Parts: sequence; C-alpha cells; structure tokens
Amino acid sequence: MSGHGANYRYVSRKRRTKEDRRFIAGKGRFAADIAVPGMKHVALVASPHPRANILSIDATRALESPGVHAVLTGDELAAETAPLFNGLDIPEVKWFPLAVGMSRYAGEWVAAVVADSRYLAEDAAELVEVDYEPLPAAVEIESLLEPDSPLVHPGHGSNVLVRKTFEWGPVEADFAKSERTLTYRARWGRSSTVPIETFGVVSRWDPIREILDVWASIQMPNYQEQIANSLGIPTNSIRVHNDVDVGGSYGVKRGIKHTVITAYLARKLGMPVRLIEDRLDNMSGGDAHGPDRLFDVTLAFDGDGTIRSMKLRAIDDVGAYPGRGPLQLGKPITALVGPYRLSSVAYEAISVTSNKTGQVPVRGFGQSPTNFMIETGIDLVARRLGIDRIELRRRNLIRSDEFPWRIPTGTEYDSGDYHAVLAKALALADYDALVARRDAARAAGRLAGIGIAACLEPGGGNNIFEQLLNEKLEITTFVESCLMRVDMHGHVTAVMSTTTSGQGHETLIATIAGEELERDPDTIRVTHADSLEALPTRSPVASRMAIVLGGATSEAARKIRAKMVRIAAHNLGVGEDRVEYQAGTFFVRGEPARKLEWNEIASIAHRQFHRLPPGAEPCLQEFSVLQVPGASGQLPNEKKEIQLYPCFSFQAHIPYVEIDPGTGKVEVLDYAIGHDCGTVINPDIVRGMIVGGLAHGVGAALYEKFAYDGDGQFLSGSFVDYLLPSSHEIPIVRDVEHCTPSPRTSLGQKGSGEGGYLGAPAAVASAVNDALAPLGISLSELPMRLCDIEAAIHEKRTERNG
Amino acid sequence: MKAAEFDYIRADSVAAACAALAAAGPGEERKIIAGGQTLVPLMAMRLARPALLVDIDGIPGLDGIEARDSYVAIGAMTRQRAAELSPAVRDAVPLLARALRFVGHVQTRNRGTVGGSLVHGDPSAEIPLAAVALDAELEAEATGGKRTYAAASFFEGPMVTAIAPDECLVEARFPVWNGGRIGAGFQEVASRRGDFAIVAAAAQVALDGGGTCTRIAAALGGVAPGPVRIAALEDALAGTRLEDGAIDAALASVGGAIEPDDDLHATAAYRGRVAEVLLGRAIREARDEARA
Amino acid sequence: MTARDISLTVNGEIRRANVMPRMTLVDLLRDVLGLTGTHIGCEHGVCGACSILLDGVPVRSCLIFAVQADGHEVTTVEGLADGDGEIGDLQDAFWECHAMQCGYCTPGMLIAGHALLAENPAPDTGEIREAISGNLCRCTGYTQIVEAIALCAARRREGEG
Repeated sequence: MSGHGANYRYVSRKRRTKEDRRFIAGKGRFAADIAVPGMKHVALVASPHPRANILSIDATRALESPGVHAVLTGDELAAETAPLFNGLDIPEVKWFPLAVGMSRYAGEWVAAVVADSRYLAEDAAELVEVDYEPLPAAVEIESLLEPDSPLVHPGHGSNVLVRKTFEWGPVEADFAKSERTLTYRARWGRSSTVPIETFGVVSRWDPIREILDVWASIQMPNYQEQIANSLGIPTNSIRVHNDVDVGGSYGVKRGIKHTVITAYLARKLGMPVRLIEDRLDNMSGGDAHGPDRLFDVTLAFDGDGTIRSMKLRAIDDVGAYPGRGPLQLGKPITALVGPYRLSSVAYEAISVTSNKTGQVPVRGFGQSPTNFMIETGIDLVARRLGIDRIELRRRNLIRSDEFPWRIPTGTEYDSGDYHAVLAKALALADYDALVARRDAARAAGRLAGIGIAACLEPGGGNNIFEQLLNEKLEITTFVESCLMRVDMHGHVTAVMSTTTSGQGHETLIATIAGEELERDPDTIRVTHADSLEALPTRSPVASRMAIVLGGATSEAARKIRAKMVRIAAHNLGVGEDRVEYQAGTFFVRGEPARKLEWNEIASIAHRQFHRLPPGAEPCLQEFSVLQVPGASGQLPNEKKEIQLYPCFSFQAHIPYVEIDPGTGKVEVLDYAIGHDCGTVINPDIVRGMIVGGLAHGVGAALYEKFAYDGDGQFLSGSFVDYLLPSSHEIPIVRDVEHCTPSPRTSLGQKGSGEGGYLGAPAAVASAVNDALAPLGISLSELPMRLCDIEAAIHEKRTERNG
Repeated sequence: MKAAEFDYIRADSVAAACAALAAAGPGEERKIIAGGQTLVPLMAMRLARPALLVDIDGIPGLDGIEARDSYVAIGAMTRQRAAELSPAVRDAVPLLARALRFVGHVQTRNRGTVGGSLVHGDPSAEIPLAAVALDAELEAEATGGKRTYAAASFFEGPMVTAIAPDECLVEARFPVWNGGRIGAGFQEVASRRGDFAIVAAAAQVALDGGGTCTRIAAALGGVAPGPVRIAALEDALAGTRLEDGAIDAALASVGGAIEPDDDLHATAAYRGRVAEVLLGRAIREARDEARA
Repeated sequence: MTARDISLTVNGEIRRANVMPRMTLVDLLRDVLGLTGTHIGCEHGVCGACSILLDGVPVRSCLIFAVQADGHEVTTVEGLADGDGEIGDLQDAFWECHAMQCGYCTPGMLIAGHALLAENPAPDTGEIREAISGNLCRCTGYTQIVEAIALCAARRREGEG
C-alpha cells in the first residue's frame, strides 16, 4: 500500500525529537566544549609543498617560545606507533599521523606543537623550521595510471593501489544482442561533506588506572580498535566517550590521526591534550576529502530504450593516504545498476593515489557518484533515441511486482514501487505545469531546464563488499546492539554505544521502544555508553541505524515485553497465551479486571523473587545484538556474487533550474522529490535527511570543489574558496513520501540518512543539461561551475556565428 | 587561526588615532581597526600582523551621514548597514544604496564600515566601485593635516590604496547629481549571492526631459587591480537616448579598459565577456529607472 | 602586549575579564566566560556559527576582538533561554519544526532569526532566506529552518491578534 503499513501509535507520527531541546538551548556538548583540567592545546605545522623530501626539522626556537611543552615530529611518532589502517592490502603504503621523510600533499601535517593555549601553539608552530626538498607531484587523475608518474609511495612501486575487474551476468551476449551502444564519460569532482564543526579530540591518559579517555567528534567504525592498534595498548584501556555531540559528519568525522597524535602526546607528557582543527587545518590537512572519480561507460540498449547491459570503468583518486577511501569503489556494487532492469554489468574499479589530501568515506560511500554516472547515461540514451527521459526510465525501472529483484552482482533488492514514487514526484512537481513554465521561460529567451533522477539509497551496511577489493577483509557481519532495562519504578532506559551526529538516534530508539512497549517515548531515557561499557557497534554509517539499531531496539523491547507477560501470567495464574498487554496493563484476555499494571510487574521483577515464574532471572534487562538483516553471513561465491546491503530506499528528484546565459549562473528555483524509505520512524527526521542531503548534493553539483593547480598546489583551503550552498542557493524543497515496507526489518523501515544526497547531484546535472539542450550542449563534469557553463555557451554561440 | 600578538589602543579622537599611527617605529606596522570585517580574517590567517591596532570605533563624529549641497558625506566609521538603510543615501546617491545591498551579509554589514571597505581596496568590492563610478572624494587626516584623495586615483592595486600609513580616513564624499532624472544600476555575479563579486558593474545616468542622457558614470569591478571607469563608453553614450543598440555598440570599448586575471572562480576570458554583459545590464537598469 | 581589563554586559549580566588584545570575542565567550553555546565554524567570517547580538544587532563574534567589545552589550543563545530550561518562542518553533539535525549551526541560526523577527514581524520566505543566508547549515538544507522562523512569526501575530 502507499502510506503506512500499520497503524502505529508513535512510529511515523509527527513527534518532537529528543535531541533538539539541548541544541536550541545552546546546551549541546561538542568536542570543543569539553574542558579537562590542565588541558594543553595542539597546533600543527603543515607542509607547503605538494611533494617534498623532508631533510630536517629544527624545533629549537619553537621549544623556546612561551608556554610550549613539546614539538612532535613524524619520525618520533612513527617510531612509537604503528601505521594507521588501510582498507586495501597495500603493505608498503604506510600512513602515519605526521609526515615521515616525505610530505605527500600541500597541507600535510609535519609536526605538532603542544602549548598552554592554541594561540601560543600557533605562535610556536611558525617557529618550527623545516627544510624541504620540493619534488614534482602526481596530480592529474589519468596520468596517475602512467608508469612514469611521480610515485606518491615509492615503496609501493606504482600509483595504482588496486585494480579489479568484475563481470556479472552475460555481458558480451547482452552487448551482442543490443541494437545500440553509447559511450560516455562522467567526472565527479573532488568535494566532501565539510561539516560546520571541524574535527576535534581531547585525550587524557591516567597512568594509575591505565585508561586513555577520549572525547572526540567521531563517526567511525572500530575507532577504539584503531587507536589501540596504533598505540599498542589494549582496547580495554581505551574509553571513548560516546555522549559527545558531533557537529555534523555525513561520513567524514574520522580523525584517527588526530586522535593518535593527542593520545600519544597525552601519555608522553602526562597532560590532557586537545586538538581542535581550525578551518584551514580541516580543509587541507584533515584527510577528509571525498571521492574524485572518472567514469568511462558504455551502455548497450535497444531502439525502444530497453537497456540491457553496462561496461564501466571507474578511476578514483583517493589522495595521498587511502585509509578506507578506496573501499568506496566497492559499496556501490550493491546497487551498481541502480533501479533499472539491466541483466549484466562489467566493472573495472581502479583506485589511484596522488599528491592530494586523503579521502575518507562520504555520505553514501561512493553511491552518489555512481548514481550520477548512471543517470547521466540514462539522459544521454533518451537524448540519443529521442525518447522522453521519464518514459525511458519507466521502461527500465524494476516493477513493483518483481520484488525481490536480484541484480547481476548478486544482491537482491528487498522491496519498492519505483513507478509509484516517480508518479507521486511528478504530481507534486505538477510536471505539465513545470514543462509549461520551462517552455515559457525559453520562449522569453532564458535557459530553463527540468531535471530528472531516479536513484537508490542502499541501507543497512554489510561490509562484505570490502572483500571484493581486498581478499584479506573477511568481515561477514556488521552488527548493532541495544541494551534495554525497565527499572524498579518501571522507567525504561535504553543504551546505545555510539556517537550521534544529527541522525536522531535517541529519538529513533525511544520511538521504536515506545511503540513496542506501548510507552510514551518522551518517558524513555536513551544513553550513549562509553566504549568500556559498550555494546557491540559499528557506528552510524551506511544508512544503517534505523535498520540495525532499530531492529536491535525492537528485539530488546520484545524480549522485555515477553518477560513481563510471563511474569504477569504467573501472577494472574493463567497461561502466557491468555495474557494480553495494552498500554501499560497486563490482563487476562476477556477478563480485563484480572490485571497487573506495568509498575507492579517491574517491582515484582526487581524485588519479589518469590513471585517470579520458576527459573526466571530477576530484574528486567534485555540485550539484543543484530546481524545485518538479510545477509547470508557468507563470503562471495566464485562468481563474486553476494548479497550486500539489505534494504533499498528509492527517490525521484525533479528540480527546476534557470541559467543566466550571460553569466552561466544557475539558479535552482524549485525542487520536488518523492521518497520511499519504508516505514518512517520520525517524519521530521526523514524529511530533514532528504532535504539536507539534497542541499548537500546541490553543492556537489554546482559549487563545491577541492581544487588543485597543475603542480598540485591546493587552492580551496578556506570557506571563501570552497563554497557551501547558503539559503540563497537552496530553494524551498517540497517532498512527498511513499511507503513500501521492507520485509527484512522489524517495522518495515529502511535507511534514509544518506538521503537526498544520493540523487541531487544527478538531478541538478540533468536539469542543467536540459536547460542547455536547445544549444546542443551536454556537460558531464561536476561541479558545473558558472564559468564552465558560460564558456560552453560562448563556445557554442561562437561556433554557430563562425 | 589565531592572530599573532599585537597591542591595542582605543583612540578617543582622530588626532589621537593619527598620533598613535605616527609614533610607529621603523618597520613597525600600525593599523586602524574600524569594523574589522576584512582585517580580522587576514589577521586570523596571519596574512596581516600589525604590531598595534588603533580602534577608531567610538570616536565622536566619525560615523554619520550628512547630505550637503553637492555631496553626501559619510563618516568613515559609518556601518555599511546604516548607509544601506539611510534615506539620504537612497535619495541622493542611489548607486551607492544599490551597491551596499550586495556587500557580504547583513551580519557583516552590521559591523563593517564604509571607510574600512574603501581603505582595504579589494578589487571586486562594491563600495570602492561605487566610489570610483561617482568620483567620490576621500578625506584622510594625519598629524600634519588633512588630505583629499580622488577615488579615481585612490585604488592602486589589489588590497593596495593610496592612503599613507599614518593617515586615518575620516570621510567619504559621494557627489549628488542634481538636475534631470537620475537612475542607478548595479549588477554583479558571484558563485553564491553575498560572496565577493567575480565581476561587478555600476552605472548611474541622468536623463533630461526629453530622455537624452546628459550624464553617465559606468565602472567595473573584479576585472582589474582596482575598480575601473569605462570612459570611452561614457563618452559614447552621453548625448544619446541610451537605446539598446547604442549601449551594445558602446560596450565594445570595455575590452580595452580592463585587464582581467584568472583565478580559482573564473577565467580572465570569462571576466572579460561577463564584464560587458553586466555593464550593459547595469546601464539599462539605470536608464529604465531614470525613465520611470 | 599587555592584557587588558574589560567589562561587558553578557546576557544582562556585567562580566569582567582580563584578556590579551588578540583574543577574539568568541574565544572570550566560550573559553573564559564558559558560554559554549556560541560555536566556532570557520574563524574567518563566512559560516555564521559564532553569531551573537552586539548592542542588539547580529554580528560574527569571530571577527571581533574581545577588547573591542569592552563596554558593549552581548546576547548569546544562552540569553535567549533562561536558566530554568524555559525556552523562547523561536527556540520552541525550531524544536517543533525540527529545524536542525546536529545542532551545531543552531545557536547562530537562532540569533539570525531572532534579529530578523525583531525588525520584521511578518517576513516572507524570501526575507527569511535572506536573513539566514550568512549562516551555513550543512544538515537541513534550510527548509525546516525557514519554516520554523515563519511559524514563530505567525504565532506571535496570532498571539497579538
């Protein structure tokens, strides 16, 4: 059905979130708000060179500067710590928090200065004298494949970090059968999520208790394990405080190198040490850039628009230190053919290293560039065949009666009604009127265009895709868990164990627990256990929390409820099957007067062992840890087929743009979006994710780029040069919801955290190209900056006049 | 991003401010801080590191807007937001009023000053562009006396102006055009609204009763080391009725008057083409307002 | 380079501090006065996370040295709510509309919205977008923020009517 799958009491209802109250009062507690007594401050010395040998570092003058406690160099840190985690099997690519021997990008941190204040630390950082031998840099993406490219990591012997080819389904046969092919190139520029809060961390070492306390604006799986590996201390000596509010992340808050620097210094100096990136540190040296990707694609299709197959090569420039970045070529395998009925696909994935800032996971983990690549192709096929873009999509979209639908790579999509969502989006956009508006604008001499994008948001994680790029990573589970208790007074507390960066996990848990237990979510307390008290977690990545944490919450609540039913049955002297529960009261079916209230059962459970059923454990505390729903838990088969993500949300985007032909400036004037993420837990949160992600995608499409010159010098190190969209650039977005519950989750929920970001870049590009179509222009490089658009218009007009 | 150390005094008079500037030792940089909206970021990035800041906020009489016969005098310390909302500016110097709306965001205009923007001389800034377009006069004071600069020769290069290290700008005088029907046009393109312009264009025109242009000022920002007047275009259009054809023809002289550069946000070629487009629009905007 | 004694009114209370001239107002508020509701996003005047009211008008506290604020009046987000957890009507509208996610830009947005409504009790959508255009939000895409400010304005008008 469209609309909600069940009549919920709290789920899917408009309700205020639990988190917002502290933020509106100015009482959030972010990393930079943590003040530990005696805390010292770090400032960084950054290399100005894209590639250079470090000949010497002289800290004498810096150490004499007022208030300075230490100057840490890469050599010292590398001698005392193990290299940071690489997702690929590349043993000769060693990543340390501070450059060792060679600096590999402009802005790389070479030394860290500790002083009584950040002011004094910056003063001293200026006095650290580094002698560099500048070298030519490896910069342009295709040149990185060449054998004579300057080597970023000489020990590795090449700038190619991994190159894998896959073929799923009868690719050659499908190509042979197809009437047409079309080859195109799509370029996704280097951008990122760039939260308004930079990364920050405070570390404190207690030598008596042997505990490292860490407060950080972190969003990363296995954070404490990575700290432990690097420092060589046991994980149970590390206490990461997960109650720190994180000021936005969208994937990128992964400051492991910052953490190792502060943790090492805190142990060495016996003082708490904090490192809060300033904006310049963050943009150039924070290793938080996103995918930088070149796609070469050939589609095979028939004259009626039926697309059968795709051959795809993706080169991703991950910068100097790969970390988990390259694995972003792997996740999109879970939805490599998008929402379309292709029967085969060939994929060559190439990860290259360059003298640029390192890449981290960005919202969607490679899916948004992939969706842009697919949708660019769909528009080109439509243009080639002269078929309406919407009609072409309708012909190729998987139909609602075909689910579960298995795509060539082995993943089975759980559920969906793509045609219905597209229809709702078109209705919301008032498509015919929008076409009339566009045509009127064109008639008046303006450039106007409507964008179309249909895209998937895979949700729920399942990192077995990593194994497709690195056989050594045999990770077949990606768990999340919830601990729930009803205390002696009947109050419910649920415990999670990861940080939150705006996703509303406390609201998620309270709403689902409230639904399952029929208790008002406002009365349910949700806490974030620190990593020593922690439950298993893999952090809020991969649009997975509603699915996996939500599922664990349902499970824990159902166990609590079942136990309370058992206690009630025992005390009411009936079988469990005769006890009903409704909104706080347990009663004998058909005899409502024979009842026990919620609080009475809580009291019995905690204090009256004599009233518990035989064999029952006292108290009310239940725990659930959930494997990824729908996952096989196995390795990929010999054809490299495997079920990756479990749940697939769908969105249809329809932006309307006008372009000033004189300046090339694009204005996004209207935006309608239809979305289906199954059962919505909190409508305001889902809407925020959809619209906020969409705005982030408008940025990637039109404004945001980490730019480098030909020598590798970094040009976009401040907010004056890296342009985040403001309220002027984002229109008031209208959205419409559709609900196709997932059969794989506790309440039918799917993921929504990657939200509108997964389709907006494709949709805005589509709109720009529709506007430019009358001039015969088609662009496929993001961001589409105003000067590039104007230049294309100018060139076309010159051609015509010439 | 913390500024290097500096000393600070709050001056209670222009004379005191000038005395503080004049007392600079050899090689010592002393700078005035007014609103600080340009200076403070430069200091935070340690691209500017004055030894002493002389705060002129609070000097009596240094802020204020006064309409006199032939000009509107704007005190150097006048907040951009105050000038933007001033009826005197709106009525008598419409081009400046229009330009001010493009300056940053309301929060920076609440703090930033007219004088500060002029003295910093960013090549794409709106207030210097309006000053050059309208032949504003800029009065500065030093311990030795006062000096008046013509806007046309004040902006010497990117972030370089003619003001001497010991001088304090006290007032900008924007000429009032009397006679005829006046219209103003201001156009700019930036990647995002509120950013520094990639190219900005300013025009103010006066039409007589018959619709003939008796006076025109046209200038461009972002296409040269400082704002530039397009004198040949003004000459070509004065005396015409500012028909579209005449404007388009006159725009051909823009190319010879500008020297655009490439940067991260746009190429020189882009700036050159867009300069013509925007100046054409600004002149038409001014013309249409004067005709209305 | 000597430290200065300064005195300013913050959220209605006179606060004194001894600061080096180079300390920014936002660092004074956060690190010396303990008012961590005002956030730092860029320290070069672009993002608006550090917005406060100075003598009643919204400004960026990263672009002001604390010594410049000597003798002036400052209102921060903490001044929009009282200490008992009571929140103002604009804050309530932000909560009602879920006009935030991570909460980092929220104090600055509240300041921008507060200043707008003080000057214009019935802003249209375009005026609201203009008023918050100097405050970057990376989470929401602004739509729910615009709705919250409009809701607060509407409720105030109803309250009067």
